[in-house]
Amino acid sequence: MARTVTPRRKLYFTLAAWTVALLIFFPVFWTILTSFKTEVSAVASPPQLFTADWTLENYAEVWSRSDYPRFFWNSVVISVGSTLLGLLIAIPAAWSMAFVPGNRTKDLLMWMLSTKMMPAAAVLIPMYLIFQKTGLFDTRIGLVLALMLMNLPVIVWMLYTYFKEIPGEILEAARMDGASLRNEIIYVLTPMAIPGIASTMLLNIILAWNEAFWTITLTTVDAAPLSAFIASFSAPQGLFYAKLSAASTMAIAPILILGWFSQKQLVRGLTFGAVK
Amino acid sequence: MATQSSRIAARLMVAPSVILLFVWMIVPLALTLWYSFRIYRLLSPERSGWAGFQHYAWFLNSPDFWLAISNTLLLVGGVLAITVILGILVALLIDQPVWGQGPLRILVISPFFVMPPVAASIWENLFMHPQNGMFASFAQGLGFQPILFLESYPMSSVIFIVSWEWLPFAALIFLTALQSLSSEQMEAAEMDGAGAMSRFRYIVMPHMTRSITVVILIQTIFLLGIFGEIYTTTQGGPGSASTTLPYMIFKQAVIAKDIGRAAAGGIIAVILANIVAFFLMRSMGKNLDA
Repeated sequence: MARTVTPRRKLYFTLAAWTVALLIFFPVFWTILTSFKTEVSAVASPPQLFTADWTLENYAEVWSRSDYPRFFWNSVVISVGSTLLGLLIAIPAAWSMAFVPGNRTKDLLMWMLSTKMMPAAAVLIPMYLIFQKTGLFDTRIGLVLALMLMNLPVIVWMLYTYFKEIPGEILEAARMDGASLRNEIIYVLTPMAIPGIASTMLLNIILAWNEAFWTITLTTVDAAPLSAFIASFSAPQGLFYAKLSAASTMAIAPILILGWFSQKQLVRGLTFGAVK
Repeated sequence: MATQSSRIAARLMVAPSVILLFVWMIVPLALTLWYSFRIYRLLSPERSGWAGFQHYAWFLNSPDFWLAISNTLLLVGGVLAITVILGILVALLIDQPVWGQGPLRILVISPFFVMPPVAASIWENLFMHPQNGMFASFAQGLGFQPILFLESYPMSSVIFIVSWEWLPFAALIFLTALQSLSSEQMEAAEMDGAGAMSRFRYIVMPHMTRSITVVILIQTIFLLGIFGEIYTTTQGGPGSASTTLPYMIFKQAVIAKDIGRAAAGGIIAVILANIVAFFLMRSMGKNLDA
């Protein structure tokens, strides 16, 4: 808001806002900090913000003790794979809903969203048995399918709201200028749709990466991603805080960085176009 | 623009999504319904047959069930209340003229990117742990007994952790809404002598209705299925003190290995979700119309 503000007032608000933001962020910061401490300084009382004995030992330890690359790779394959597959199926649907809406399009969108309301735990047993019988259990392709279907309503919704903002007149103008359908798609529609598709993709990679129900219940070893890796981390016995922090940091860092770069588009996409 | 043929093409393009979602919904649901009337225990597979309504009766007669229902509603309601109220306050604060709004947004959104098992284990171990957690250190430093968060206040602790994860989402959506508020309107109100409170009450709040709707709708969808946080921290305990309906079903299926009973729980959960969804969609559907 462009009202005149005294510098003093601005200073107070800045201090207050930064205090709140740092409080919200603090657990993440503390985890990252602890991951570089020795186990002894990690549990020092009172807690030490900075210690003299920084170390990379924890990362080396977690790396050598667990098969981090496999968990990491599973996370990448599952989150990216399910997102790309979801986009492949959702783009035509969202496209036609946005440009050739029928009477029931709104109801259809609501119905899609409502399928997400079914608690996953409610259908755990049949899913488990179906996965066992079809050989999809503990496979990456199985999780790709499950997470794709789980996030499909969100993908369709987000794309729909982005596509709806592409003005139909621009297509007509291109057509009047003699553009063929092929050129229309390549030069007019694609450039306008790409930002929406990109932020939908990012958000769904994040949702899939952080999914922790199907990934824990439908895997054991082979396809287990980072969410299962963290959940299986042994109970807090003895000195292991620094290692836990290192493992946590390794699990969240890729998505945290991705999220930081794209937060503006993400938030806008998540409102389903209802907040501008 | 929509000719007959393009309309048919449009339906064909929507079809794969609709069919897939329908199958994804109906097959597990039908199987769950079937199992909920069968005797099916993995530990005694020789017993089988119809169970009638006995699994449903077991749930309805179990004191844990009503606890689980109230815990589920408490979790959803508690997190919604906390995130909406604090979210609005945080958004109002960041929307003020402050230095470094960009970095502020990045700090605030961070918890949203932390996967639930990690968020839960950070809070459980680094903060709430009764010997080594930071809260315990502070309590001891001040001469108090450390609080056993997850033992004495399991539901409040889980609600707190989940709220921390969802506050960023709420705050940033509210911030987006606030930033689209016209400043002329606010200035006009200010010139007419409206105080900060009445500007908030009559201009800001009505403008926020839509974003509050979005936050409630989306969060409810995710909160009804909360699992990872409970699995990582309390395991539904102590006793059943923090068992929600999804977790109770999980316990029946995975620990007790009673498929029939878990399936009946699943059907009950679906009915509960439908009741919640019905009210949500009815009251919010029109708010979402673009």
